[in-house]
Amino acid sequence: MKKLVKMLVSSAVIGAMAFGMCACTQTTPTAAPTAAPTDGTTAATEAPTDAPAADGLIKVGIINNDPNESGYRTANDRDMKATFTEENGYEASFFYSLKNEDQIAAAQKFIQDEVDYLLISAAGTSGWDGVLEQAQKAGIKVILFDRTIDADPSLYEASIVSDMAKEGQQAVDWLASQNLSEYKIVHIQGVMGSSAQIGRSGALDDKVAAEANWSIVTQQTAEWSEETAQQIVQAVIDSGETFNVIYAENDNMAKGAVAALDKANISHGVGKDVIVIGFDCNTWALEELLAGNWNYDGQCNPFQASYIDNIIKNGVTEKVVIMEEKGFDATTITADDVANYGI
Amino acid sequence: MSNNQKAISSGNSVKGFLSKVVHNQLFIPIAALLLLVVFNAFADILLHSDTSFFKIVLEPSSTGNMVLSGNLITIIDNASELALLAIGMTLVTSASGGQDISVGATIAIAGSTILRIVKGYSSDISDGKFAGVIICAFLLAIVVSALFGAFNGALVAYFKIQPMVATLILFTAGRSIAAWINNNDNISINDSRFGYFGNFIPGIPVPTPVFITVICLIVIALVLKFTNLRLYSQAVGINASSSRLNGINPKTIKLLSFIILGICVAVCGFIKVSRTSSITYAVIANNIEMDAILAVALGGNNLGGGKFNMTASVLGAYVIQFLTTTLFRMKVSSSAISAYKAIVVILLIIMSSPFIRKWLADMKNKRLAAKAEARVGKENA
Repeated sequence: MKKLVKMLVSSAVIGAMAFGMCACTQTTPTAAPTAAPTDGTTAATEAPTDAPAADGLIKVGIINNDPNESGYRTANDRDMKATFTEENGYEASFFYSLKNEDQIAAAQKFIQDEVDYLLISAAGTSGWDGVLEQAQKAGIKVILFDRTIDADPSLYEASIVSDMAKEGQQAVDWLASQNLSEYKIVHIQGVMGSSAQIGRSGALDDKVAAEANWSIVTQQTAEWSEETAQQIVQAVIDSGETFNVIYAENDNMAKGAVAALDKANISHGVGKDVIVIGFDCNTWALEELLAGNWNYDGQCNPFQASYIDNIIKNGVTEKVVIMEEKGFDATTITADDVANYGI
Repeated sequence: MSNNQKAISSGNSVKGFLSKVVHNQLFIPIAALLLLVVFNAFADILLHSDTSFFKIVLEPSSTGNMVLSGNLITIIDNASELALLAIGMTLVTSASGGQDISVGATIAIAGSTILRIVKGYSSDISDGKFAGVIICAFLLAIVVSALFGAFNGALVAYFKIQPMVATLILFTAGRSIAAWINNNDNISINDSRFGYFGNFIPGIPVPTPVFITVICLIVIALVLKFTNLRLYSQAVGINASSSRLNGINPKTIKLLSFIILGICVAVCGFIKVSRTSSITYAVIANNIEMDAILAVALGGNNLGGGKFNMTASVLGAYVIQFLTTTLFRMKVSSSAISAYKAIVVILLIIMSSPFIRKWLADMKNKRLAAKAEARVGKENA
């Protein structure tokens, strides 16, 4: 009996360990910073110039945020992986971290590995000058994507970014065009200080300050989490305050907010009591728009890879490339839009 | 003289009763609950001149069912996950003398597992089949989380790694594993039936998570009453080697406590993903491990292991949610809420620190000594 228990326990433990291990190997790109650049150390000794690798492939080191962070990042990472392939003439190494210092360390590693291009989506805006100077000395070209940094523009070739303030402005303009007699807004913010939060909050804050009939019922950060958003809206509903707009700075938080509305039987969507606004254009969110349950979704374009590809192969035309971004209205969205723009 | 003595003795018994109440382990969580209730009542009367905080109404939801709503319902509903975690965390704390900090990440794994199974089934399958899918998904999530719990437990019990360090592994890797399970997809389940378990079942006005929690609480109460789990884990927590000499295997008990926590985590994950029918791997159940540990601490349990009071821990969980909801209602910025919780933690830790305990004991001894001296003086006179 005791033996049986021991066997069961040990097999369970081994199973858990094996499961954990296989999971680890699958997620190496996110977990292990050493995995990507190791093969480069041998290359460094044989090819001390910054010329393309012997087999004609362009070596790129891609530093990105953790793909688990959001649907946006997942789509962005997939797009990068689909573009920078051997078929397209690239030899790509990836590094992922949400921490700025880890990213900088990885950039140094990539410089030692003598990549041709360094593509960076920085976690933080500061601290990059030193490593970018190193890159410049080594003749490595730097292209920023998605996020900008506080460094001298001469240190990088180009940056491909979303204009978050413009995204917010488009949404606020759309909201203003609805001509409500009164705007009572529940504003659910992303992680405070992130560029998406600053841009999307800024446009709304300005409008509320400027217009007499616009007011904020509550303004809270749910840190991109649907459960926190749900709790925030639940608290507003329980306190008996009325509102007619939910302005959530991403789709997941809008979803959480809507779950709270559903519990309290507050109707939402096209022609209903509460207008629901989300951002990022997840496929499921656009489907909610198509069904008329939400009113507006602002795009945050994650597909920078083709822009970068173009710059690498055809040269720089503009220093700062601002990507085209749309906003979708539930009354005009089509199934094609969902298929084309959903991430 | 005899009258005086009577007065003194009756005074003592009142005092004795009071000190019994104060020293009861349930005192801190119940007092905290009462404090919050009084605070909310006052705030309501001062700010809105009514008592809307305690109002509970029966209204139709968007699906047309009559459902209960109000702050108290919200608190009981939202505290469900925390109460479930408090059960497992109390056992782990008691047996291993440490805490599991990977529960948030393991909730992500359990939730992701459930969504992985459910997402393949569209809304046009019959209720019976859908129930089958849900049951399969739920059972699989329980097995998966129990395995991860066993992994933590094995590190703690067999490799003698400190619980916090051992669970740091999954704390770091868990959310990546959760994302990997679903190939990093941003999943949203369209079937409204999936939302029943985190919201309301049609026709029942009480939130489903409350029922799930009550069932789990009954189960754990029965287990504690009719098995030796309480005795064994307390014995192991107080002194592992002496319990081993008495025929209890400390390793098995520690492992078991982590597995039970794993099962609690699976139930939590199920409720969490059902609430919004979706998952964000990086933030689902964010920082919930801290709340769960705080619940155990609020329950007056020794975080170093040994004796425990399950009721107090569970009450502690409700106190934390009460605090959170109160702060949301006061429009405290949600990023500042953890700071308020930190204040509670600091107060608790200071109150239970050896320094304050010694100081309190000294004060008591001094008072008794002074009394004794006075009595001696009187008798001499």
